Amino acid sequence: MGSYYLKRVISSIVTILLIATLTFTMMHSIPGGPFTRERPVPAEILRSLNEKYNLDAPLYVQYFDYMKGLVTFDLGPSYSKIGTSVNDLLVAGFPTSAKIGLMASVLIIILGIPVGIISALKQNKPIDYFVMFMATLGVTVPSFVVATLIIYFFAGKLGWIPSFGLTSPLGYIGPVIALTGYSLSFVARLTRSSMLEVLRQDYIRTARANGLKEFSVIGKHAVKNALIPVVTYIGPMIAAILTGSFVVEKIFAVPGMGRYYVESVTNRDYTTIMGMTVFYAAFYIVMVLFVDIAYGFIDPRIRLGKEK
Amino acid sequence: MKRFLSLLLVLVMMTSLLAACGSKAPEPTTPVAEKPTDTPAPTDKPAETTPQVLLWNVGADPKTIDPTLNGASDGGDVINQTFESLTREKSGIVYPGIAESWDVSEDGLTVTFHLRESNWSDGSPLTAHDFVYSWKRGMDPAAASEYSWIWEYTNVVGAADAAFGEGSLDDVGITALDDYTLEVKLNNPTDYILSLLSFYHFMPVKQSAVEAKADGAWAKDPALAVSNGPFVLTSYRIGQGLTLEKNPEYWNAANVMLDKIDAVFIDEASTAYQAYQSGELQFIPQVPTAEIPRLIAEDPEFYVFPLLGTYYYNFNLNLDLWADVRVRKAINMAIDRELITDTLGAGQVPAAGFVPPGLLDDKGNDFFETAGTYGLATDGSKIAEAQALLAEAGFPGGAGFPAFTIMYNTSEAHQMVAEIIQEMLKTNLGLNASLENQEWAVFQDTRKVGDYELARGGWLTDFMDPSGLLSVFTTGNAYNDPKFSNAEYDRLLSLSAQTRGDEHFDALYAAQDILMTELPIVPIYHYSDFMLVSDVVVGWDRSVLGTVDFSGVSIVK
Repeated sequence: MGSYYLKRVISSIVTILLIATLTFTMMHSIPGGPFTRERPVPAEILRSLNEKYNLDAPLYVQYFDYMKGLVTFDLGPSYSKIGTSVNDLLVAGFPTSAKIGLMASVLIIILGIPVGIISALKQNKPIDYFVMFMATLGVTVPSFVVATLIIYFFAGKLGWIPSFGLTSPLGYIGPVIALTGYSLSFVARLTRSSMLEVLRQDYIRTARANGLKEFSVIGKHAVKNALIPVVTYIGPMIAAILTGSFVVEKIFAVPGMGRYYVESVTNRDYTTIMGMTVFYAAFYIVMVLFVDIAYGFIDPRIRLGKEK
Repeated sequence: MKRFLSLLLVLVMMTSLLAACGSKAPEPTTPVAEKPTDTPAPTDKPAETTPQVLLWNVGADPKTIDPTLNGASDGGDVINQTFESLTREKSGIVYPGIAESWDVSEDGLTVTFHLRESNWSDGSPLTAHDFVYSWKRGMDPAAASEYSWIWEYTNVVGAADAAFGEGSLDDVGITALDDYTLEVKLNNPTDYILSLLSFYHFMPVKQSAVEAKADGAWAKDPALAVSNGPFVLTSYRIGQGLTLEKNPEYWNAANVMLDKIDAVFIDEASTAYQAYQSGELQFIPQVPTAEIPRLIAEDPEFYVFPLLGTYYYNFNLNLDLWADVRVRKAINMAIDRELITDTLGAGQVPAAGFVPPGLLDDKGNDFFETAGTYGLATDGSKIAEAQALLAEAGFPGGAGFPAFTIMYNTSEAHQMVAEIIQEMLKTNLGLNASLENQEWAVFQDTRKVGDYELARGGWLTDFMDPSGLLSVFTTGNAYNDPKFSNAEYDRLLSLSAQTRGDEHFDALYAAQDILMTELPIVPIYHYSDFMLVSDVVVGWDRSVLGTVDFSGVSIVK
């Protein structure tokens, strides 16, 4: 058991280093740099800027310098917010993104799974049609449309929530709903189809034949097994949602970290691109590990590292 | 409903624009001034108990708010409230700032500033030595200020050499004769230096504050920030906003009405606009593009200003394709610029020259007006002439002219202009152009290396003289993307740099004549700037280069 986790940790670290290397290579191979401007900076000035930020060193030197920083959790200075480090950006942005993301994740789990189960149990009944219609809508309508609609009606027309920011608790409503939409619908659909699949299995029939109460059949045997694919999706989803969304944070003017993913690429803010990628990759890997552990609880057959 | 649809449309556009987020050209700014006697006294001054608070959207979270290191308009807008240079420029008029008065020597080569006795926000005295320190820091390659190249345009002795790492800081012609007298030596007489020095790069910073936290981080830290302007920083929240409060140590504090500025960083125009409508913001620099025409027509709180810059297309003169000037001229004539500005609808001025409106010559005439249209037209009235020219060049009705590509960086607005021009060239001249867009930084590279046929360009000047624009097309200039090279043009620009008055302007007029005869470019329009300001905010101003000024603002409710 212990050796299994050790292996997982080692392979995770190797994965992160590979991702960092790949990102480093890719971002340095696209044209432009952190000091690319519509109005070109004169060559002499560019030279002193590059010198200051060590961008004049050969690429492999920059790479090893960066990797050295990375293992000590020093993500370097941001080029688009001078005087601010990428660590500062993460410290300022992640808690905000995570707070909204956590609310959204909880909402997705406590609404999405039950709705999917009910829908499956009431297959081809009006409630199922209604749920599937809503879920299709939720998956297909992009979050920026949802976000704009929320601002337009609830902030503009009705004045119930503020137009931007998180200064009042009501400010969380918009971002959380906009962030929830897609995944909630997806989880509901996934739960439903997985449930339907499980309900057709022999062991469910056996359970029923043995005279178990319907509640026990569904709750103890069907749901647990139906959750496997759902948990597989939810793990990485939490990593994605907690690290922020560019669109939602931009539209609601939320000071999270989601915006940096896109902005840093446009700005060729190398250190921020790296920092965001590595942070997200690490989070993702941890969540995948959690999912693997969770499998064991749901289905003892796949308990990890257990000797056969 | 219509407005809602347009809001939605803007959002759809926004997502397609993600890649172009950083495409805003650095818009240099010149601070705006304030003169005690000029401050509009609010008629109904509110009771002492109601604090005067301005709710302002800065736009994006600024890269820095250290005056010396800043190079962007959003940072400049904040800095103009927290710092003050020797002079302040407001609506084109230069007012005394920290300098009470100044003398210019007869030959125009020495400017002596007499500073007032004033304090930093920490109560310590602000002297001429602080200016010497700040300015040398600005040109010091070790400080790596992105804007240090501006020293080349100040003509200060030794400054450009120092900034480009070719000379010593000790040889720069800036001297503190005593605590309150600053002497500046110039290579050439430079009339615009007084307005130029009000620009944020030239605002003083306090050495002990600067050294407290590197790379301008001190300026964003309320515990360390020391400034000398009407307001001081009291809080900074990354990605969210900042708070400025009245600086009691400011020399003209008696005329600063505002107690506080609550500033937020919202770079999504539709969100800021919604917040403005619901009263959560009072001063916003951006509105959704689709709303602009309606706002211009209906909303008295919407203000449009000309910006000192030009939107144009570059011909790649390295290609044989554009070797014949008649072809270049025909293209210039075949474009209905008014149709383009009407379509954009944000107050842009059609351009038939390179120098925008708003720059006065030695006789007080607007350079733009005096220069005229060089036989081009801002509307479609020269199309027949354009067709004749193209025929004369050997391509009647466009027959035989190879197809070419119009290149621009990915953006809805650039695409709209490109599509209109593509259509005009096809209909009016029978020329076939295809469109190609690239991600912003990639495009900068493509254009710089000359890997294009026809590419968009845009230039905003940093100081109030036409040479700030015309110098772009001198041989070897980094932004001379057409690779235009004309010995007489270069001579005239260098002559203008060494002369004043009519000689200076005659050289510049003659230079633009050459530019508009040779036509390495297709000027399209002159930029505009706009803002939405609630009518409860009175006494605000802006510099000609676009920086806002809240030193005289009061809130009237």
